[in-house]
Amino acid sequence: MIDVKCFGVAKEIVGDVNLILEYDKLAVSELRRHLESMYPEFQKINSYMIAVNQSYSEDEQFITNNDEVAIIPPVSGG
Amino acid sequence: MSIDVQIKAETLSIDEAYQKILNDQCGGICLFIGTVRNLNKGKIVTHLDFETYQPMALKEMAKIAEQAIERFQVKNIVIHHRSGHVGISDIAVIIGAASIHRKAAFEATQFAIDQLKLHVPIWKKEFLEEGGYWVGARP
Repeated sequence: MIDVKCFGVAKEIVGDVNLILEYDKLAVSELRRHLESMYPEFQKINSYMIAVNQSYSEDEQFITNNDEVAIIPPVSGG
Repeated sequence: MSIDVQIKAETLSIDEAYQKILNDQCGGICLFIGTVRNLNKGKIVTHLDFETYQPMALKEMAKIAEQAIERFQVKNIVIHHRSGHVGISDIAVIIGAASIHRKAAFEATQFAIDQLKLHVPIWKKEFLEEGGYWVGARP
């Protein structure tokens, strides 16, 4: 099980602050495909990154069930 | 050398930020203060709401501060950012740098605010009279 934190516009798209996925291991690229098929709205926003254990990830990186995962839509601090 | 990064739900203090970077060896202190405008693209803004991924945001803020110190040889850096409801003309962010001479402090401060806007997981919801939207999220 992978618990994905959702912020900003991602929280609005998913409709919750967390999204629980029934996977034990998957690549970041697979997570993106999965998100975009469950929630096609993700293809309509400007961009989004996936953070794993509080760091920006690469597409080929693997996520396992103890990792902290978050969807990072375009940031707008400052 | 010191780094102080904070995300706070309460009003940010310019004096607190200044005191954090004050240093006997430094002859230049630069403080950038980002405040909330009442107009954006001709529309009236009523307030902002900042959401943060706090632990990661603090890590990214610390990374930026470390890079600024390394790149510009400044002594101290402070980055304080608001979370939650922020009203018009309230302070959203304070960035400060202290250096031996002024040029490095100016450069480090500009670098830090530019990097913060690119990399730190903080999201601004801007509220107009017709409702709120997440800034930069959609084309």
